[in-house]
Amino acid sequence: MIRRVSIAILVTACFMLAGLLLLAWRPSIAPIEPPSPSSFSAELVAKGEALSAAGHCASCHTQPGGQLFAGGYRLNTPFGAIFGTNITPDPKTGIGVWSLEAFTRAMREGVARDGSHLLPAFPYYAFTKLSDDDVKGLYAYLMTRPAVNSTVPANTLPFPLNIRAFQEGWKILFFRSTRYQADPSKSAEWNRGAYLAEGLADCTGCHTPRNPLGAEEVERAYTGAVIEGWIAPALTEANPSPVPWTQEELFTYLRTGVTSLHGATGATMTPVIRGALALPVVPDSDIRAIALYFSGMDRASARANDVDATTREAVASSYVSSDQAENDPNADRYASACMSCHYNAGPIPLASRPELALNSSLMLAEPTNFIQVVLNGVTNTATIDNTQGAPGLVMPEYGSSLTDGEIAGLAAYLRRTRTKYPPWSDLEKKVAAIRRESAASR
Amino acid sequence: MTTFDLNGKTVSVQSPDDAALLWVIRDELGLTGTKFGCGIGFCGACTVHVEGRATRSCITPVAAVAGGKITTIEGLDPAGNHPLQTAWLELQVPQCGYCQPGQIMQAATLLKDFPNPTDQDINAVMAGSVCRCMTYIRIRKAIKLAAARMRGDTSHD
Repeated sequence: MIRRVSIAILVTACFMLAGLLLLAWRPSIAPIEPPSPSSFSAELVAKGEALSAAGHCASCHTQPGGQLFAGGYRLNTPFGAIFGTNITPDPKTGIGVWSLEAFTRAMREGVARDGSHLLPAFPYYAFTKLSDDDVKGLYAYLMTRPAVNSTVPANTLPFPLNIRAFQEGWKILFFRSTRYQADPSKSAEWNRGAYLAEGLADCTGCHTPRNPLGAEEVERAYTGAVIEGWIAPALTEANPSPVPWTQEELFTYLRTGVTSLHGATGATMTPVIRGALALPVVPDSDIRAIALYFSGMDRASARANDVDATTREAVASSYVSSDQAENDPNADRYASACMSCHYNAGPIPLASRPELALNSSLMLAEPTNFIQVVLNGVTNTATIDNTQGAPGLVMPEYGSSLTDGEIAGLAAYLRRTRTKYPPWSDLEKKVAAIRRESAASR
Repeated sequence: MTTFDLNGKTVSVQSPDDAALLWVIRDELGLTGTKFGCGIGFCGACTVHVEGRATRSCITPVAAVAGGKITTIEGLDPAGNHPLQTAWLELQVPQCGYCQPGQIMQAATLLKDFPNPTDQDINAVMAGSVCRCMTYIRIRKAIKLAAARMRGDTSHD
């Protein structure tokens, strides 16, 4: 009996596997002669350039210091490292022989020209929402870039995740090919913002938590997630910033990477802004539309408390007197190491003096971002992934001068005195863990 | 190799990426106005400007300033006549002098952000700059004198 049941299970499993492989099959699309750049109109190429910047394609398809779109960027995922591909029109190592049809299928269904499935690290689940015209524009822009012959390293995904046909299973579970549907109850600007955020910029890619299979948890959309060792904060009402993210604040942040009332960009948001959204080719109107979309999600107008009072209180907390410092070693450490740069006199903090009492790194449920910045500092290099913080601002690495316990003490002190949130737990262990990860990634 | 701008000149240095900017400036580039104090970013003697802002060079890796503009005490003013430097001389601020380049570089950022600094502004921004000779009272006076001159206010002196 048991034997018969196990045979039946085995046979069913084989059939299901065969069925999945059958479903997974996609035809190869015939290679073409790389189209001549003059076959695309200048307007279409320009449109594609603006879209490519708003979609920050370069943040994954260009490696630090590498040639534009030649791939090689290493994305560390919980499943293994995935390398951004070469999307220059090189016929051998890029997409030079891809027809518009092949490009469109890749964007909307996550299938490469040769019929193999692409991984959802490439957000085809978002790009599927793009209009025909926009896909054409992106194609025109990419096919007119200089071709770069460059083969990217192989991904390090373990078996069976490295079998591309199995991606069909993921698609059956989590993917629907569908264009953006405008919400007629909302303004044109809001819809433009939603289209850009959901379809092109894939903001959920980093700001929505994922299930164990790497799919976004739709019901927890935009509630914040861990990405490459940092926390991408919630973009909903759950965002803990003391001053709400209004359309104006979001616009300034997405355009320049820094605002006085929220602080500056860090980690993987840096190339998204500095290498993409901040580029002049992206029109102000598009950034404003994205800002409107998220200011609604953050319910900024409903949360607009007394911003002036909040700011005044924050600024006042940036000063620690010598009496206060004498009675608390952590306050003393803040006064010696942090205050000369983080002190503000108001009424509004200076963008070049990031105001800790307004900064999300102290407000989040976990101290991850705070610890990252204190340990590793903020750099100011010309490479695409590193120009964090306010322009020109550098923060030294306190990892070399403070022990885990001292950083933990500083974190606990600032959390207690600069926020209304409960204390962080296991701080010293968390500092040690992030220190180990940072050392390993160097 | 790291390339950056030092006092208006482009320099390329061979020190490893994680070498402290302080030692690159002193040992590889030979500018010794910037001093080594505590080595952990707690005393201010090593303060230089990165993109015009005071930064502790002893715990800043050189790779973190690639492509940036660095100014040391030698480059604050081409003739050494920054209003802070002249005020410092007039009021004879230094005693042993070791911490003073760092003090002046930190004070320059202070005056950029707070052109008319209160005592609290000075206490806060200069708190990380330690002087073992206790010249703090003269430092405060010199900062206020320089601030007044930089604002074009002559009534101060």
